[in-house]
Amino acid sequence: MSGKSYVKPFVREVSKTTWYLARGRDRLHMAHEASCVFVGLYALLLLWGLRALAAGPEAYQAFLAALGSPLSLGFHWVALAVTLFHTVSWFQVTPKAMPIQIGEAFVPGPVIVVGHYTVWVALSLFILFIGGVFHG
Amino acid sequence: MARSNKPVVWGLFALGGTVAAFVLPVLVLITLLTGLGHAPAALSYETLHAFAAGWLGKLILFGVIAPSLWHTAHRLRTVLYSLGLRADKAVALVGYGLASIGTFLTLQYLLGI
Repeated sequence: MSGKSYVKPFVREVSKTTWYLARGRDRLHMAHEASCVFVGLYALLLLWGLRALAAGPEAYQAFLAALGSPLSLGFHWVALAVTLFHTVSWFQVTPKAMPIQIGEAFVPGPVIVVGHYTVWVALSLFILFIGGVFHG
Repeated sequence: MARSNKPVVWGLFALGGTVAAFVLPVLVLITLLTGLGHAPAALSYETLHAFAAGWLGKLILFGVIAPSLWHTAHRLRTVLYSLGLRADKAVALVGYGLASIGTFLTLQYLLGI
């Protein structure tokens, strides 16, 4: 192109740091992404417990006692809400991320989602049962 | 074709997300009950130690902890990029590095039981 253009290019101003706040679906997406922080923190808590278990009975008792601290209890209530949110949003996108094809047809999304919930509830109850939660 | 570690990392991310979705809420509930003074029988030192001493127990504990760490490392990378942090290589190095250390420690503790 020759000559000077006097047409001002249209540049839409989009903030690099707060763009997701404008739309509801972007906010929800970022909330789901942020849930990974609690997944990671809880995995570290399990790792800490595993270290205590390997170190011996005294260290393990100290770990169990530390679970009752206000900091731990506060973390657990938030972690419970966030991990449940992760479960729901993860199951919601599973049919899109990992579609199942049988012959020519794809298994309908809702069938996959309901299947996941069924397995999740059964597995959770099973873990609570073998964990001895129902025995007092 | 250029070689990429993307499929491996994404696989670990998806595995971790799936494992976390299925078992983390109930595990959080169990350690919450323990903190509230209602520790279930399985969390006694003898029972849990016996569980972690077996190969199936080791496999299950490793299968919960390590993929969850990789899930977090990969997703934090994309979150930090979305939040405007463009130092992607450094973020990936730190995140995957910490996940590697966590994976190694999980193995070390499990093999020590």
